[in-house]
Amino acid sequence: MLAINNIEVVYDRVILVLKGVSIDVGEGKITTLLGANGAGKTTTLKAISGVLRSERGEVTKGTVQLGVRRIDGMRAHDVTKLGLVQVFEGRRVFENLTTEENLIAGGHVQTAAAVKQGIDLVFSYFPRLKERRGQISGYLSGGEQQMLAIGRALMSRPKVVLLDEPSLGLAPMLVEEIFGIVGRLVKQEKLSVLLVEQNATMALGIADHGYVMENGRIVLEGPAAKLRDNSDIKEFYLGLNEGGARKSYRDTKHYKRRKRWLS
Amino acid sequence: MGEDLEFFFALMLSGASIGLMYSLIALGFVLVYKATDAINFAQGEFVMLAGMVVVTVLGAEAPLIAGVVVVLLVMVGFGFGLERVVLRPLLGRPVVAVIMATIGVAAVLRGWGPLVLGIETRALPLPIGDEPINIGPATLPPIQVLGAVVAVLFFLVFSWFFKKSRMGVAMRAVADNQQVAQAMGINVERYFALAWAMAGIVSALGGIVWGAMLGVDVQLALVGLKVFPVVILGGLDSIGGALIGGLIIGIVESLAAGYLDPYVGGGTKDFAPYVLMILVLMIRPYGIFGRRQIERV
Repeated sequence: MLAINNIEVVYDRVILVLKGVSIDVGEGKITTLLGANGAGKTTTLKAISGVLRSERGEVTKGTVQLGVRRIDGMRAHDVTKLGLVQVFEGRRVFENLTTEENLIAGGHVQTAAAVKQGIDLVFSYFPRLKERRGQISGYLSGGEQQMLAIGRALMSRPKVVLLDEPSLGLAPMLVEEIFGIVGRLVKQEKLSVLLVEQNATMALGIADHGYVMENGRIVLEGPAAKLRDNSDIKEFYLGLNEGGARKSYRDTKHYKRRKRWLS
Repeated sequence: MGEDLEFFFALMLSGASIGLMYSLIALGFVLVYKATDAINFAQGEFVMLAGMVVVTVLGAEAPLIAGVVVVLLVMVGFGFGLERVVLRPLLGRPVVAVIMATIGVAAVLRGWGPLVLGIETRALPLPIGDEPINIGPATLPPIQVLGAVVAVLFFLVFSWFFKKSRMGVAMRAVADNQQVAQAMGINVERYFALAWAMAGIVSALGGIVWGAMLGVDVQLALVGLKVFPVVILGGLDSIGGALIGGLIIGIVESLAAGYLDPYVGGGTKDFAPYVLMILVLMIRPYGIFGRRQIERV
């Protein structure tokens, strides 16, 4: 559905952030992209959705294909028209607009009738938003804002959704709720999702396929089930040791100390 | 009613109608700031330009309606053009760059006016007569009443636009967060251009009513200075604030002129609004209705 082929991204014409990244997002599948802070996950999403341009970034090599169309170099609002939408990290709702107005803005590329239908659809998945429809979204709780961010993205009736850290700053129970809804959305609305996460346990639990990124490169790739069993993943992302038990505090400390020393 | 009270009401009414005319001009400023975050120091010059266009068309023996149509078209075109030529290349640059650019535009317009039209003040006659209109104890010149009515009408139209129409909601989304708006499929640049064109429309109307009241020459641009106390008071990005701010500034001016001038010999009208502006900046820097940063705790 979405194929990223060996892209390089340069910021300000100087700083090379992505150094040849290739990712495949299968139709109707959830693909996850894992990695530490600064690995280049968010930049990858921005390169795909086209908002990179407004940050003085540029895809200098490689291609991004949505279905059969090449979308690298296209402007963000045109990419959205083709059915790909990004949900930003940190929710980024339109704070001064009400919940409903956020949804209306999200459906900008749709007809008026489709916007009405879309709002009903979003409310059916996120009933809590319906209760808050007239409220200024800046005052919603973090979980509600995340729901609104996802709902707003759905308003453009996308085929592909890029989800950037939906679990950020939310209570574990809310994270489960939101991931559960995302899973249902994928099945019922036939979405393809590229999910960026720091919460590797959650992400590998829901995804079909996974990629691990470090320093602007893909370093590991495979079906989610396989990645869960990979010993490096266990150690660095899931916080487990070889035997599957939780790592002891002392080991963690030792590992951290060693890494600081090296760098 | 005592004479004192009548005097007070007369001052209030006259101040309110002038205030509404200030609001009309401030509205152009607010529209641009709300959508694009640009501070337009050329708002007064927009009004002057509009006045000059109308006077030129009327000077060619054309009917007033032709003048109105032409000035609307010219100012919309001017708004679009300015955005495309001057402001778009500055996208993503610091706010100061945009401010400087608008100051430059202001200077160009102010020089261009006399260059093309000469320096004499020209009358802009509207077919509404000179017969003062009596409202209760006050008598207002008809042009002030017309100005106030036009201002209120525009406020109703724009309030509806931003609250109810999809375009208006999209424009507020752009104002809220440009990057996210883009990702929602909103063509941000097109909405910037639209905001400038809307400022052009408002300025066209402002040019007609202010031109009719003061006469058209370079000095007409000075009404733009009153925009600042109005928007500081009401909030830079609030349409309702521009309305209320204009009313307050108009009334303060009028009261100062009525009560203080006899003691000091005149001139308080011209600085009273700015004293108020400085006070407001100290107490409520975001204005009465301005957007406060929403912070959740």
